[in-house]
Amino acid sequence: MTTAPARPAINHAARTRGRNAVLTVITYLIAIAFLFPLVWMFLAAFKTEAEAFASPPVFVFTPILENFQNALPSYFPALKNSLVAAIGSTVLAFVLGLPAAFALAVYPTTRAQGTLTWMLSTKMMPAVGVIVPLFLLFRNLQLLDTLPGLILMYTTMNLPLVVWMMHSYMTEIPFAIYEAAKVDGASVAQEFFRIALPLSTPGMAATALLAVIFAWNEVFFAVNLTSSDAAPLSVFISSYKTSMGLFWAQMSAAAALTVLPVLIFGWVAQRQLVRGLSFGAVK
Amino acid sequence: MTTVAHPTTTTASPPAPKRGLRLTPAALIWPAMLYLILTTQVPFFMTVYYSFFRYNLVIPDERPFIGFGNYASLLTNPQNLQVVLNTVILAGGTLILTLLIGGAMAMLLNRNFPGRTLLRTLMISSFLVMPIVTAVVWKNMLLNPVFGFFSWVVASLGGQPVDWLAQYPMASVIAMITWEWTPFAMLILLTGLQSLPDDQLEAARLDGASPLQEFRHIVMPHWTQAIQVVVLMETIALLQVYGEIYGSTSGGPGLATTNLPYFIYQKAFAEYNIGLASAAGVITVILTNILAIYLLRMINRTNITNKGG
Repeated sequence: MTTAPARPAINHAARTRGRNAVLTVITYLIAIAFLFPLVWMFLAAFKTEAEAFASPPVFVFTPILENFQNALPSYFPALKNSLVAAIGSTVLAFVLGLPAAFALAVYPTTRAQGTLTWMLSTKMMPAVGVIVPLFLLFRNLQLLDTLPGLILMYTTMNLPLVVWMMHSYMTEIPFAIYEAAKVDGASVAQEFFRIALPLSTPGMAATALLAVIFAWNEVFFAVNLTSSDAAPLSVFISSYKTSMGLFWAQMSAAAALTVLPVLIFGWVAQRQLVRGLSFGAVK
Repeated sequence: MTTVAHPTTTTASPPAPKRGLRLTPAALIWPAMLYLILTTQVPFFMTVYYSFFRYNLVIPDERPFIGFGNYASLLTNPQNLQVVLNTVILAGGTLILTLLIGGAMAMLLNRNFPGRTLLRTLMISSFLVMPIVTAVVWKNMLLNPVFGFFSWVVASLGGQPVDWLAQYPMASVIAMITWEWTPFAMLILLTGLQSLPDDQLEAARLDGASPLQEFRHIVMPHWTQAIQVVVLMETIALLQVYGEIYGSTSGGPGLATTNLPYFIYQKAFAEYNIGLASAAGVITVILTNILAIYLLRMINRTNITNKGG
């Protein structure tokens, strides 16, 4: 992705400068409005339950850590499941997807282009179109409420992303390098392990980050294929939608612990986000 | 879309490796393809198969073939029409709002001002938040009729407290999902704006174009592709919205916020009506694909026009 230099504001007249200042204030106001629900949630995580429920709302208070302590015992098992499912599915998607991306990038044929489009098209398959047979299949194979089952589904979700993104990174490797290797008698495997993989490490990092975020945030398969043993964070948080919803401060603490890692990942990888989210269609 | 072709290799087959593993490009692609076929195409055909049976998990042994019976009962029940309509209103309403707000925000952020990069980074936060967190936080802490923040705002402005999710269920859900998806639109549209060459705008200004003309004739044509990408990706995602509804309204009150994915979840996992749920799943897949294919064609057409012009 090229970083377009910020267009210099045209400050020929004081009037433009004044207009610019107004626009900047508006930008800040909209951004604050958008961030408010999150800020409110993070604040509530440090309030007492009474303060969290207070109306009119309390803005100034003495922060406490009790909510986090109360949320942690049920948070940790879900965290473990989320981590295993997110990382496991990302690793599996890489094992399956990297060789495919490499072959499609280095040996592009008309069929390869079709294959790539087909892989992307599997993303158009709504989960509800496959959930019924998968649920029955999982039940018969005893995969319901197990981490391997969840990993299998998240791999399906992340595999097209990995193939598509890594393909776009691998096509950026100068082709002359491969040709030089071929002249030296390198095998396909050597090209893959010695050239393609080392030269696309930054792309792999960005892709892995995105895949982990998507698996971490997934709800549909989590809710329908797990119940307790393998329940990830999304299922844990959904327990607050009913009876536990009476504990706002504790819910906020649990939610904060759940979204914070993803927020940090996303902020760090924001430039790569565009590429991953639009499948390279906009650069 | 990026199509990168290496002119020299279209027909070249890889040289046979002298020793060790025999890897051909096809052998590298097949594992991924096979996996996707097994986990998406095969189950989908099974869904199609189940949709022709009266099949309830409560009575698993009786599974009579009823042809298009499930489809007929889905399409003739006026209640289900509302579910389809809800799905379209939810996706369409959110899409329009995210394009308008995201577009405005992209234009505002595409200027030089202090804190621009930080603001842009922070603005993407709501997109990264887990849908179920969005749902429980909005439902409890913002939309609650008695203690919710929005009710307090309304009350302090002299209004009556509002039970948002009961009185305006669809609007509340759309607001919530718009909050989540606006950063996506903003991010893609901002990238589109930033790739607009400066000299084009300079030239237009020298020719005396008004800001409105500048926007219509230079920014808009350039922006079209980014807009189309947002429309395509959001359409696919928004037709599948589930977590937000599951976590906030559970499809209610009544059927007010039940969309197709939530409807299928209820039919399959609350009523165990596998046949009917499968038929609804097939309809959702068809609906998504018709829209996606139409939108993809549109994007490809614009791509060709842009390259030709």
